[in-house]
Amino acid sequence: MTPDPSSRPHLAPGCRLGENQGNRVLLMPERALRLSGPSLEIVNRCDGKHTIAEIVADLQKLYSKAEPKKVEQDILGYLQLLHDQRALDFAS
Amino acid sequence: MIPCDLALIAELTHRCPLHCVYCSNPQELAARTNELPTDAWSRVFREAAELGVMQLDLTGGEPLARPDLSALVQSARDAGLYVSLITSGLPLDEKRLDELLAAGLDHLQLSFQGAREQSANEICGTKAHAQKLRVLDWLKSRRVGVTLNFVLHRGNLDQLDEMLSIAESSSASRVEFAHVQYYGWALRNRGNLLPTREQLMHSLDFFKNAQDRLLGKLRIEYVVPDYYAKFPKACMGGWARKAMLLTPSGEALPCHAAAVIPRLRFENVMEKSLREIWESSDAFQKFRGEDWMQEPCKSCDRRTQDFGGCRCQAFLLAGDASATDPVCSLSPLRSKVDAVLAEVAAIPAANAVVEPSWLYRPNPA
Ligand code: SF4
Ligand code: SF4
Repeated sequence: MTPDPSSRPHLAPGCRLGENQGNRVLLMPERALRLSGPSLEIVNRCDGKHTIAEIVADLQKLYSKAEPKKVEQDILGYLQLLHDQRALDFAS
Repeated sequence: MIPCDLALIAELTHRCPLHCVYCSNPQELAARTNELPTDAWSRVFREAAELGVMQLDLTGGEPLARPDLSALVQSARDAGLYVSLITSGLPLDEKRLDELLAAGLDHLQLSFQGAREQSANEICGTKAHAQKLRVLDWLKSRRVGVTLNFVLHRGNLDQLDEMLSIAESSSASRVEFAHVQYYGWALRNRGNLLPTREQLMHSLDFFKNAQDRLLGKLRIEYVVPDYYAKFPKACMGGWARKAMLLTPSGEALPCHAAAVIPRLRFENVMEKSLREIWESSDAFQKFRGEDWMQEPCKSCDRRTQDFGGCRCQAFLLAGDASATDPVCSLSPLRSKVDAVLAEVAAIPAANAVVEPSWLYRPNPA
């Protein structure tokens, strides 16, 4: 399943950003993911306002040296992963 | 280096309106008068955050038995921790729930003794099940992480479908199916709790199917009873590696059951800082790393994955806390565990209870 590009991902209940010894982390029930670079850029935009298409466009600009198609695939894969861990909801 | 993606498990009290026959609290329960006051817990939460703790589990007993629970949630959030409440849902009402959420509670884990009222209530010796369903209803209209936790044993393994429907019709994003682990009260009731091999195999199929079907809707996690496993579990992620437990009176333990091990000396947060205890207390150092290991663990390739299994189980079953966990198929004492399983296999009806009577966990003074 691939997420719909017009949907607006946001953190699921019980998930939020936090900080631990200088690192940004995504906190969720019984788990914490360390965020940096692209993963942080992506999760920062999962605010229910940005669409997936907008997140992709933003990161393609930010990482303009990378192959745009590859950037898109990585983002979709990462969002899907967070969604399957119940850290993200895709609201349209 | 000592890893610092640490979890702190705070047993705020041993008081509890339930009396579960598999309760993980020690045989010697802390009295109310020995419980740490609010300001001591708040200081400990700040020390924990400085030490690198991210996750805080507020547990018990029943944490709701503490009238200052909302204040404790608030102080933990102020310290920067992610706050989970592990609760039976008693005694709770909507007003108190809203206070806890306003104080910043991140996640609520509601424990269930089963899916059917009568058998669930028999396990906890209290009329608790109906209240849990009410709590689930209240949670639907509120924003907080929700986990349901079902504790499994011989007498409720035929209810898995019903348990999963309770979870699916709730607002939970996560459900834990945890087979009873045999320490303390559960060990004393083991004859009535241990599932048969058929029940266990069936439950594993059930979990895998449920995970596939509900991927992206409900996160399903399960813990198997290690008596049936070939290798032991990496208990607590390894001794003194990932977690620290504080008793209601402030003693620091590497795990729930550690008090069963003789001659382990636990330090108290009223006397030392959390960092000092974590880094150098005897009880934490005792089984940290590999120096304490005996054969077959000492030369086994799996020692960095399972850390030789559980120290408390080694003591309870082998009489030696540094022995290889006897549930390991490489342990010279594995036959002790097999003998227990053979007794279960000899019971005619799968969910028959051998003795009609349970040993219930009492309440502390
Ligand atoms: S009696 Fe039951 S609800 Fe109470 S602390 Fe023990 S396991 Fe938890
Ligand atoms: S011998 Fe020790 S390290 Fe090896 S699998 Fe068994 S418990 Fe684990």
